[in-house]
Amino acid sequence: MRLSDRARDLPESGIRKFFELAEARDDVISLGVGEPDFSAPWAARTAAIDSLERGKTSYTSNRGMAALRERVAAHHERYDQSYDPAEEVLVTTGASEAVDLAFRALVDPGDTVAVHEPTYISYGPGIELAGGEQLTVPTRAEDDFALTRGSLEAAGAAEADLLVLCYPNNPTGATMTEEEHAAVAAFCRDNDLRVIADEIYAALTYGDDHASIATQPGMRERTVVVNGFSKAYAMTGLRLGYALGPIEAIDAMNRIHQYTMLSAPTTPQYAAIEALDRCDDEVTEMVDEYNRRRRLVVSRFNEMGLDTFEPGGAFYAFPDCGGDDEFFAEELLEAQGVAVVPGSVFGEGGEGHLRVSYATSMRDLKEATDRIATFVENR
Amino acid sequence: MDAEREVLDVLARNAREDIDDIAAQTGLDAEAVADAIDALEADNVVHGYQAVVDWDRVDEGKIRALVEINVELDRETGYEQVADRIAKFPAVDALHLVSGDYDFAVEVLGETMQDVSRFISEQVAPMPEVTQTVTHYIMETYKDGGIRFEDGDDDDRLSVSP
Repeated sequence: MRLSDRARDLPESGIRKFFELAEARDDVISLGVGEPDFSAPWAARTAAIDSLERGKTSYTSNRGMAALRERVAAHHERYDQSYDPAEEVLVTTGASEAVDLAFRALVDPGDTVAVHEPTYISYGPGIELAGGEQLTVPTRAEDDFALTRGSLEAAGAAEADLLVLCYPNNPTGATMTEEEHAAVAAFCRDNDLRVIADEIYAALTYGDDHASIATQPGMRERTVVVNGFSKAYAMTGLRLGYALGPIEAIDAMNRIHQYTMLSAPTTPQYAAIEALDRCDDEVTEMVDEYNRRRRLVVSRFNEMGLDTFEPGGAFYAFPDCGGDDEFFAEELLEAQGVAVVPGSVFGEGGEGHLRVSYATSMRDLKEATDRIATFVENR
Repeated sequence: MDAEREVLDVLARNAREDIDDIAAQTGLDAEAVADAIDALEADNVVHGYQAVVDWDRVDEGKIRALVEINVELDRETGYEQVADRIAKFPAVDALHLVSGDYDFAVEVLGETMQDVSRFISEQVAPMPEVTQTVTHYIMETYKDGGIRFEDGDDDDRLSVSP
């Protein structure tokens, strides 16, 4: 069948190759997984089951159940973000849909969208499908992969129309402080950039609380915040996210959403209400466990001589492997049966690094880091 | 969270963690971890370290029973005194005073079912304070000490994902 040029030109994700290599073996310890190793909190699962038993299987409002939007808005008060649940919240099928809708609602053909890299792999294709052009802004190891005004200026982002910001960051685990956000916010105001802030890992920070660019002066009206339940509540498979933003942006996103998705799936919305009502303690427990693993992993990589900065969020460490990251990852998998993802998969600035997910058991993390240490010694 | 609590949280999950690994996980230095463990032991917060054993997988393994015990107290004898006597039996693995229909919940470990029933009928039931015992033999253990007893890996996530 003849395909559209757009579909034909869309590149395959670089992660696919490593997925296939890892899947081909059955003795692999994978540190390549981008989702929690916990299950959704029991109360949330029960609420989903209960909704099914009560026959709650119809569509919800396009924007998502009002009861859920109210809770989402209330939940975001903890980040000093204030949104009207009636008009400024849109519940989506995963945060991925929210990102896609934001591109389609905010990008005109030919628009330039600045994206810091290394970062999550979906933004480039999303921008392309919306007709925009990506402008890559490399972040640097010496800045602990935070985005700086200097990096934006050097990349020519002043000419861009939109900026995508993903902090806490996948793949680096980097976070940004209020001050660092303030500098980026000033750049956006000075150059009239709008922002899509993908804050899906906001709940998973260690030490400092999550800071959002949307709370910087003059930024709320030019920012769409994306978040969801996948990472914080270990609900990846339930596919539920949301966007928060000014009325006109959410309204435009909803107009696309009502034709392409109609509404986010109903059962997960019931689970999400319960998660927001009653599952803070479970999130805290998960964060505490991630934090123990994070410290162990970072200290082990530094001990074996692979420089690793202390990541402040998400569940990734980003060690410097001191050379060709793809070669390192392939050889490591071959020699020791440990899967990691080469940093270059996540774009410019990721070369020479490895994304190491610590969303796996402490026992596997110890075994895997022991094997990596052996691999590094034998190189 | 204070240092002792952080160390305790790690040990409660896995008592075999070595000091360096606990230090790495908690962000404390090794000396502080060692001090915290000493303090936890000295203060009787940590009473010991044991393996979580699935006895069903051991040849000539052990039989475990949950025994409900009701007692009658008098002016000279309180729960403490009765507990002290019951706890002295080596077959008693765990002993709790509980709320509800009976007073003590006792976990008894024996070589055979006969061992356990003989222990209850000959040692526990005749105690003057004991008015009633009900013994439940454990048929199968699915989880103990927070650890699920099961084979292998139920991680069905994709091995590599974005």
